[in-house]
Amino acid sequence: MENKTKYLLKNISANVVIGIYAIFAIFPLIWLIIISFKSDMQMYTTTFIFTPTLDNYRIVLLEGADYIKAFVNNIIVSGGAVLLSLIVGVPAAYAFARYNFAKKEDLAFTILSFRFAPEILVILPLFMIYQKIGLYDTYFGLIWVYQLITLPLLIWVLRGYFEEISVEVEQAANLDGYPWYHVFMKILVPLIKPGMVASSLLAFIFAWNSFTFPLLLSGFKIETVTVAALRYIGSDTVHYGQMAVAAGVAALPEVILALIIQKHLVRGLSFGAVKG
Amino acid sequence: MKDITLEENKIPFSVKARPYLIILPALLLTIGILYPFATAIFYSFTDFSFRSIDYKFVGLKNWITMFKSADFWHACLVTAQYAIATTGTEMIAGLGMALLLVRESRYTKILRIVLIFPLMIAPVIATLIWQLMINNSVGIVEKFLNLFGVYNFPWASSASTALFTAAMIDFWVYTPFVMLLMLAGLQSLPKSPYESAKIDGGSPWFTFKTLTLPLLKPFILIALIFRLMASMQEYGIIFALTKGGPGNTLMNLSLTGYNMGFAFSNLGKAVPFLLVLWFVIYIISQKLVGAWLRGQKSAQGN
Repeated sequence: MENKTKYLLKNISANVVIGIYAIFAIFPLIWLIIISFKSDMQMYTTTFIFTPTLDNYRIVLLEGADYIKAFVNNIIVSGGAVLLSLIVGVPAAYAFARYNFAKKEDLAFTILSFRFAPEILVILPLFMIYQKIGLYDTYFGLIWVYQLITLPLLIWVLRGYFEEISVEVEQAANLDGYPWYHVFMKILVPLIKPGMVASSLLAFIFAWNSFTFPLLLSGFKIETVTVAALRYIGSDTVHYGQMAVAAGVAALPEVILALIIQKHLVRGLSFGAVKG
Repeated sequence: MKDITLEENKIPFSVKARPYLIILPALLLTIGILYPFATAIFYSFTDFSFRSIDYKFVGLKNWITMFKSADFWHACLVTAQYAIATTGTEMIAGLGMALLLVRESRYTKILRIVLIFPLMIAPVIATLIWQLMINNSVGIVEKFLNLFGVYNFPWASSASTALFTAAMIDFWVYTPFVMLLMLAGLQSLPKSPYESAKIDGGSPWFTFKTLTLPLLKPFILIALIFRLMASMQEYGIIFALTKGGPGNTLMNLSLTGYNMGFAFSNLGKAVPFLLVLWFVIYIISQKLVGAWLRGQKSAQGN
């Protein structure tokens, strides 16, 4: 009897803790949605009860073409970065998984360590070089620098996927006389396709979230959504509803992608380092 | 040629070189980006600025000026405070939430998905969302605090609370990251030691301390590495919140280096700040990765 009340009490307190944390984690997003439908006037007077309006959406998304443009820019730059990373990263991941060669682990760790390089330290001199060779404020300039975000992630995650495919599959194909690149393209790549999709989406999310690179290495031409959204704070008359729309639109693709790939999140976030 | 498990000395050069050739494009792409990193070190010994093309070699002057400046030591302090405050709280809360959510039930399954939403949102956008919440005229948090008689809590506008506000936003974004890794760890733990611990009648705290914690160590280390490295370099949240202010309250090494480089366009003076940051991060990450690799090895040896 005493044990039962103790168990019940423990269960209740656990649920209370979870509940408090859940409110803390989720309420800001609910609040964001709520006030994105509020007019500037009602922003100050009412809290939860108000007449919803689509004005904020209309103003941010339709009247100023800049925000939509920034959204599209972000898709182009993040998508381009993931694509480029896949082209050079998938073969590299394969090599790290399948071949034993001198300095292998050192090279692999070096690539991972690019993730730890302070972004600003890379950006300062890069800013100057980009201006000199004409890559400042261009799509390719940003796509290239985004490799520091996407490439290590793809290589480390995909390495794990390749390691899970049994070597015999490859050896059988090799014995049939196919050259290695044939085996790689026709047999291995299709086998790791699910891993490629999941890790590409994850890399896309990371690239999408990047702020420092686009802030400093692009100007008005290739503004991305994270940079564009910040302008809503700086403006002298603050339209909180428009700020909410800007933030919500910038966050939406990531939440959707996260829902799609949530099963693969752990492997991605740990860069394949934790076998889970 | 056709067998990758051949003896090494029998392998022709073309096959031996193959892995390097396959990796080469990836390496070139990143080295192309990191070449400026190397030139940055060179510029730290010059008076290079974005204002003019001419520059001259000044030796260790920039470094000495930096070590003598109060800004540098202040930035180090802010960097350390921010990193410890965020990483510490995120590790504890992330592990705690994972322990609570590891129990299988319908609602923990849903929560495991829903609670990671903050992690997916760009830190800068997260800061924007929190600014809407803590705003003193329209924010919901202000209205909530009013119920308890607290009015106009200063949040990011006062030196005494700015660090707390920035750390809170960081906590909101990244606690799910730790939680996710810890959940993965907890779900991969072997069952049998727990069964014997139950038979022996060990208390939950004792089981946690002697079983769960040591078994989770590799996961804890990985989370610690990623959180510590990133929070030491945090730029987006602080920039979006106050640009380092009020005054210089939140000027960590990243922001100070950025300001020196761009606002005062003095690359030579900016780079040492960032190199110190990079060096410290490099040393810490090496120590932590070393500890992690040793753990992996001993786990495989068992």
